[in-house]
Amino acid sequence: MRNLWNIYKKGLIDENPIFVLALSLCPALAVTTSVVNAFTMGLSVMFVITANNVSVSLIRNLVNPKVRVPVYITSIATIVTFVELVLEAFAPLLYKELGIYLALVVVFAIILARAEVFASKNKVIPSFFDGLGMGSGFTLAMVIIGVIRELLGSGTILGHTVLGAWYNPALIMILPPGAFLLIGYMIGGLKIYEAKKAKKLREVDAQ
Amino acid sequence: MTEYLLLFISAAIVNNFVLTRFLGLCIFFGVSKRLDASLGMGMAVTSVITLSSILAWVVYNFVLLPLDLVFLKTVVFVLLIASFVQLLEMVIKKYAPALYGMWGIYLLLIATNCVVLGVPLINAESNFTLMKSIVNALGSGVGFAIAIVLMASLREKLEYADVPKPLQGMGIAFILAGMLALSFLGFSGMIKI
Repeated sequence: MRNLWNIYKKGLIDENPIFVLALSLCPALAVTTSVVNAFTMGLSVMFVITANNVSVSLIRNLVNPKVRVPVYITSIATIVTFVELVLEAFAPLLYKELGIYLALVVVFAIILARAEVFASKNKVIPSFFDGLGMGSGFTLAMVIIGVIRELLGSGTILGHTVLGAWYNPALIMILPPGAFLLIGYMIGGLKIYEAKKAKKLREVDAQ
Repeated sequence: MTEYLLLFISAAIVNNFVLTRFLGLCIFFGVSKRLDASLGMGMAVTSVITLSSILAWVVYNFVLLPLDLVFLKTVVFVLLIASFVQLLEMVIKKYAPALYGMWGIYLLLIATNCVVLGVPLINAESNFTLMKSIVNALGSGVGFAIAIVLMASLREKLEYADVPKPLQGMGIAFILAGMLALSFLGFSGMIKI
């Protein structure tokens, strides 16, 4: 049980797909203009990663290693098509907003990487939790970016006005340049945090 | 003619591939450290996008549409493009070794990437004719090349700049891309298609 929790946890923070591994950045910039979009994208990716990990893990002994990458890609593409159809049927508006980026989930490096690094070598249950953890980490990062951009860019969160009439929305935050700038400063901030943590560890060691 | 020209400019500059549509960011940040490498990458991307758009257009209009299998387009395009790029790599390696030495390594990098998958999907969704698909692909490729070459030139200069320590590396690269995107924003609304 504890072991599974550890597998889940590492994707959440230590190996966060966006902030730490810097993989799959396209969606982190493209669909984080509002919290709802970011969250939907996060959930979709979480579902794809988990389902793909399970299916790759199930067939891991049947696939010839030479053709494993095409097999994984087919599996991912099938699951993504499923997600596309479900979203188109039940949330057509969201489907439209996510647009082409939903189909592009197929080529997210993080999904193929998890299949290759983890699911192809582990049993079904750990693979499931690995996918769930990575997906949750991805969703968490997407929602954080989404909250900051929506709050600064339109003064709302989930469509509710948070900052009152006195706040003059910084439109740049929901336009493309704002996304790049925000991620740049976030990476810088994370580096400062890590440097502080490393310094503290060194001080503890020295004592 | 004007229609095609407008489509080209729209794909290359107004809706720039990297800076307004956020496609191909991994390559944009990964290969933009040196100018010559980014030039090679820009050319490789442009030719691969154009060729695979033609291929995808043929398959979409002559196989998927008549058989009513449009919902399979994501699966089909991914496999089609990945295998096509592999084939292209083998052919170039065999018949044009000099060219292969110049940008062979980039081909494998873009085999399964949002750069090459994005354009055929956009073409299919907008129901472009073959000619329009080619123009759109060429424009997107050139737009990608412009962005990555600009970025590489800036990053080469940046080597000598005194960047605050936490922002060194990826941090400043993103901020730089933000500045570039800001200037490309000036083109928005120039063309409406």
